[in-house]
Amino acid sequence: MAFDNLNFSHEPDSLLDKERTWGDRVRYLARLLWRDRSGVIGVVIFLSVVAAALFAPWIAPYDPLAQDLRNSKQPPVWQEGGAWDHPLGTDNLGRDILSRIIYGARVSITVGFFGVIIAASLGMIIGSIAGYLGGRVDSVVMGFINLLLSLPYLLFVVFIAAVLGRSLLNVILIFGVTDSPIFARVTRGEVLRIRRSGYVESAICAGARWPYIIVDHILPNLIGPLITLATFEMSAMIFYEAGLGFLGLSVPPSIPSWGNMLAAGRKYLTSATWIATMPGLAIMYTSLGMNLLGDWLRDVLDPRLRRSRR
Amino acid sequence: MDRILEVRNLVTRFYTLDGVVHAVNGVSFDLRRGETLAIVGESGSGKSVTVLSLVGLIPKPPGKVEQGAAYFRTEQGRIDLLQLSEEELREVRGGQIGFVFQDPLSSLNPILTIGEQIKETLTRHLNITGEEAKARTIDLLAEVGIPDPELRYKAYPFQLSGGMRQRVVIAIAIACRPQIVIADEPTTALDVTVQAQIIDLFNHLQQTLNMAMIWITHDLGVVAGLADRVMVMYGGRIAEVAPVDDLYERPAHPYTVGLLGALPRLDSKESKRLVSIEGTPPDLLIPPRHCPFARRCRFAFERCWREMPELTPLGPEHRVACFYDMERGGPRNE
Amino acid sequence: MQRYFLSRILQSILLLFGVLFLVFFMVRITGDPAALMMPRTASPEQIEAFREAMGFNRPLIVQFVDFVRGVMVGDFGNSLHFKTPALPLVLERLPATLQLATAAMLMAMLVGIPLGLIGGLNPGSIMDSLARGLALLGQSVPNFWLALILISFFAVKLGWFPSFGRDEWKSVVLPAFALGLSTMGQLARLTRSSTLEIRSEDFVRTAYSKGLHPRTIYAKHIFRNVAIPLVSVIAVQFGYMLGGSIYIEFIFSWPGIGQLLQQAIGWRDFPLVQAIAVFTSLAVLALNLLTDVAYVLIDPRIRYGIR
Repeated sequence: MAFDNLNFSHEPDSLLDKERTWGDRVRYLARLLWRDRSGVIGVVIFLSVVAAALFAPWIAPYDPLAQDLRNSKQPPVWQEGGAWDHPLGTDNLGRDILSRIIYGARVSITVGFFGVIIAASLGMIIGSIAGYLGGRVDSVVMGFINLLLSLPYLLFVVFIAAVLGRSLLNVILIFGVTDSPIFARVTRGEVLRIRRSGYVESAICAGARWPYIIVDHILPNLIGPLITLATFEMSAMIFYEAGLGFLGLSVPPSIPSWGNMLAAGRKYLTSATWIATMPGLAIMYTSLGMNLLGDWLRDVLDPRLRRSRR
Repeated sequence: MDRILEVRNLVTRFYTLDGVVHAVNGVSFDLRRGETLAIVGESGSGKSVTVLSLVGLIPKPPGKVEQGAAYFRTEQGRIDLLQLSEEELREVRGGQIGFVFQDPLSSLNPILTIGEQIKETLTRHLNITGEEAKARTIDLLAEVGIPDPELRYKAYPFQLSGGMRQRVVIAIAIACRPQIVIADEPTTALDVTVQAQIIDLFNHLQQTLNMAMIWITHDLGVVAGLADRVMVMYGGRIAEVAPVDDLYERPAHPYTVGLLGALPRLDSKESKRLVSIEGTPPDLLIPPRHCPFARRCRFAFERCWREMPELTPLGPEHRVACFYDMERGGPRNE
Repeated sequence: MQRYFLSRILQSILLLFGVLFLVFFMVRITGDPAALMMPRTASPEQIEAFREAMGFNRPLIVQFVDFVRGVMVGDFGNSLHFKTPALPLVLERLPATLQLATAAMLMAMLVGIPLGLIGGLNPGSIMDSLARGLALLGQSVPNFWLALILISFFAVKLGWFPSFGRDEWKSVVLPAFALGLSTMGQLARLTRSSTLEIRSEDFVRTAYSKGLHPRTIYAKHIFRNVAIPLVSVIAVQFGYMLGGSIYIEFIFSWPGIGQLLQQAIGWRDFPLVQAIAVFTSLAVLALNLLTDVAYVLIDPRIRYGIR
């Protein structure tokens, strides 16, 4: 039968219940971890990408820009003609693909990290002002934000990128600004919810001033949803940066980035598939990890959701 | 006595991620033609699961009826509900057994008209045309006291008040003239005045249609003006069964006494503070081998922690599962 | 209900003005639209002449009023590359984009929704894992990369489908799949979660208590409620496909609006880019209005102004 809304009076969180044996408790914790194993995978993937970005010069076996035309288009090691000196093969100019992917993580992580910082800061400022002041300010700001969110996002990003020209700073600014509405919307929603809740009202009644209320009551409540959102948005930015790079609208072609590598590999799709395949796998790996991480954070940081997921 | 339903030793469990929930642990009772049996208990006492198990309405998985029998007397003879196939059960549900659930707003589909929701029961069980079903539906709406039934036929649930919605749910339950109506906390979600109206409607329908009724509630106050007999459940077991007057006058189980104490009384002179039963309901994940109520019982003594009390007769229709004799004020003699 | 639509239409008109303002502002973001649109080799005299010809030296407010007035009568300016009005150029590409987006959406719906339904009705089953896997895949696979992989495998290696262009029916399969996968995953995810939610609603239990056949319950009581949130996702995703098929059209040389956008950027033909942006936004706004109508049709609560 297909519904499960009967009440049971058991408390699954009652780890401290005296009637439970140690075996029960260990089994219960193991179950919790097992259920969250996707989150662990997400954390591991994310940290590995960040490590690649931070320590690229020490990890990468070659200079990502060093050309070696005699060894160009060498296949990865598991294909015929591949060798361990270039595990993921080389591109059309003989550059080591593994090294370029490791260095490419720098562009992706930089864009994702600073893009999210800018977007979250802008969004939090706009959203908390709108949510806190309410009234006409709120409806004008939210009207504009809903406009931005209903537009075909990619088209406008491509448009601005084409106008501004290729540079890392431009890409970060574009994502930081265009992505702020979503942060503003979430912030505003939370601020409204918290402002209406009893404890903030009682704090106001007790004579608390609004900077105190924001710092002491609203910010702590915002952190959970915003961190979750930031994870998903960072993943989306890494995605879109690669897309812009693919169209030749992101960082200059001299910088190794996953999008630039894809764009270059497109020409050799028939003769050397791996040039395009490898950076794509890197994007997928990162994005998969960050989505798993985001799902997990959402569950962990929002106890209401965690309860309902059981 | 004309028994329409005999339940014997029903055991239902839920196999959840957190362990096995022992929801119903060997429950036996009878239902007589035309009577109202109230099943009373806290949430988690197993009262809903007991009844829903009979007609295959518990979620499976994780739920499973482990053992027991439920003999249902129909015109075709005596059948064991627990042995029926899902297909045969579908004939019984809505046809011979009707249901009324707690919250009338959520138990109606928000995007279908109420007429459609009543009509589909009729066309499912009776061999009639759409036109006839529509006419019957309008009659049913009038029967449960909904004004302007032709107009309301096309209304959506959100356009009706809570009381009116519950009348619609009742119309669905009685549409096919069932022999038994199972009402699971049918007045809990309603205002007090509306509650009284709905109880009146149930009383009226029961007399005119001569159907038996199982009324599940956690509120002993509602039971008084309605039930013939009361069955009190605790921890998935029967604590006490008695005719309604007996139960109010001579409650024999400490838990029943507690429930009665928790009732606000309008007739008492002094304004006493409301009494509630201390402690939490039992954890059904760990079924005790002793009396499940012992932990919360004021009268518990050594035997209560050692043995499981069986239902023992006190009078012709009064049975209790307790080692303590309330009237004598000491352990019960064997 | 009329008031509801009236307010939605008014809102859309306001949004349209917002879009026009944004688009107008965007080509002027660097401060010198003339230099932006001219080739980098152009001399200062040439740029000055161009500025004069385009009217960029007039006050901004005059330029904006002019721009808005033009859009009102269907004049989106002239393409610099083709030296002809921009709007017909966009409209000419519309059928190809619509065909691609429709095919992608159909594919996404035909796979995503049934998979999500089956998964949601049987949580923990193989089909459920499939639905969740598809959702995760759709979220994580970049469509431009997927397009390259599809070409190298199904077009180059197996030769089952053409690798570019738009002629026979086969040519739409690969681009539509590449474009539709993320929507497919999203629909599977949403259908699954909302089926899980709806099937444990009280009214579903009521339906079971009436003795209805599960098939009837799925179709009449569960699916119709599940469909409500799907409508808006389908509309939003279709809007994205109209504007977001740029990678796919570029990779498969699909002669639609996305490819035109990519070419126009290459030619620095910003009046054409502007026209595409305005036109696509207009289409998205119209789509949103259509969604509202669809909602009124399937959800009586909106019809009677409850929500």
